[in-house]
Amino acid sequence: MIAASRFLFVVGLLPLAWLTYAAWQDLLGANPIERAIRFCGDWALWWLLLTLSVRPLRRVPGLTELIRVRRMLGLFSFFYATLHVMGYVALDRYFDWESTVRDLLKHPYITVGALSFLLLLPLAITSTHGYMKRLGRYWGRLHRLVYISAAFAVVHYWLMVKADHLQPALHGVVLTMLLVWRIPAWKITMRNKTPPF
Amino acid sequence: MPFRWNPELTMQDITPEEYFLERRRFIKQAALVGAGAVLGLNPLTALGGESQDDTATPYEKATHYNNFYELGTGKDEPAANADKLLISPWSVIIDGAVTRPGKVSLEELLKPHAIEERVYRLRCVETWSMVIPWQGFPLRDLLRRFDPQGNAKYVAFETLLDPQHLPGQTRKILDWPYREGLRMDEAMHPLTIIATGMYGRSLPNQNGAPLRLVVPWKYGFKSIKSIIRITLTEQQPVTSWNQMAPEEYGFYANVNPLVPHPRWDQESERRIGEFRRRPTLIFNGYGDHVAGLYAHMDLSRNF
Ligand code: HEM
Repeated sequence: MIAASRFLFVVGLLPLAWLTYAAWQDLLGANPIERAIRFCGDWALWWLLLTLSVRPLRRVPGLTELIRVRRMLGLFSFFYATLHVMGYVALDRYFDWESTVRDLLKHPYITVGALSFLLLLPLAITSTHGYMKRLGRYWGRLHRLVYISAAFAVVHYWLMVKADHLQPALHGVVLTMLLVWRIPAWKITMRNKTPPF
Repeated sequence: MPFRWNPELTMQDITPEEYFLERRRFIKQAALVGAGAVLGLNPLTALGGESQDDTATPYEKATHYNNFYELGTGKDEPAANADKLLISPWSVIIDGAVTRPGKVSLEELLKPHAIEERVYRLRCVETWSMVIPWQGFPLRDLLRRFDPQGNAKYVAFETLLDPQHLPGQTRKILDWPYREGLRMDEAMHPLTIIATGMYGRSLPNQNGAPLRLVVPWKYGFKSIKSIIRITLTEQQPVTSWNQMAPEEYGFYANVNPLVPHPRWDQESERRIGEFRRRPTLIFNGYGDHVAGLYAHMDLSRNF
């Protein structure tokens, strides 16, 4: 398992490595800033969906141990989301905070993206073993926010698109399937009032 | 008064050395900002103001960053799918309120017109911009050949409809065919051209071959590509983006930094190839020539 998580750590850095190389070699096309911001947004969402897939995939024989890398998957989502947001602040707003705040308040797709990011923040902070122990049964409840964050991310993507909603819709379908999968378990939790973990 | 086109921008603006220097500066600035972001500083204050020149966009970028949904909705898809647009034979129907309607072959249509160069800024509603040296001729010279009638108030344009070959038209992303329109005085304005080439070459398919409209003071989506029909009408014609989201895309779509779009502020733009955004100019900087067309209109309502 240690080998597997080391492997995953390297894999998780590959998109960033590619982005860095591509930026240097001028492979990002005519609008490299837009391309880089979107690239990180895509990966933030993909790592998030992968994180949520661990639960159903764990049922597959031989994949039960996946749960051990879930934290890393989630943290990679947060990592790319942070790059995405930093890219936006530095390369799209040029640290102009006034225009950033205006953008945040005026444009719904930015507002929703910020909500998604805001929800990821406490999850990343409380992802350590220490917090897991300290929060006990509340840890699981808190971390259910990840579904809401993912939903906001998909809505963010949907609102950003001008006309061709195919891509955000496909991501929405995947997320919906993952949510539907959880419904029976949540029903049981509600009935028993026991924590979901 | 006859209008004389004054070429503010010319082909001399393009030199390979400049591309190269631009690129090195771009990388340097990006690296600086990247480092600054890590340190929590803003290195841009030390870099000085935005550039204000109008260097022509490199050909490679102008031909590989396109919005032409008929050939795909990704920015690089139109170039990749360019060969799916079949441009010969090509003919154009000119009808509606004209004395001499008809269908003319591309050769016939182009024959009487002397091709001239126009280096224009192109501003997309998505807040990026380019500078493109077009070759073409004024639309009004074409319209006059067909003798518009007194009741012609608008000009409607239509792009080729060919879902068998055009991959984007197999899905209803927009209500195909793509349609655009101008008010008669806008269409007759000497800055409004039909382009048949760019950068001294024939128009690449992804840029709207074999002939397209260019209206430099309006957002790019008004400059309809691969035209097969021009109709003079009495009523304001239905136009594609306006039809799809009227609160986002107006019929006029004049470049205007003061009229925000629900998704993007229009105050600034990123010139393709440049690092910093630059302020957007009203009427894309062509106000001296065109502001008079809208003298009695509330531009925030007729956006
Ligand atoms: C403060 C928070 C955020 C801001 C300001 C922000 C801003 C942006 C911007 C400016 C774009 C590109 C728009 C364009 O190019 O026209 C974008 C696209 C995107 N963002 Fe965000 N975002 C935020 C949070 C997030 C989060 C948390 C996620 C995912 C977990 C995310 C996922 C995406 C995706 C998937 C796209 C579309 C990428 C594509 O077109 O391929 N964003 N966002």
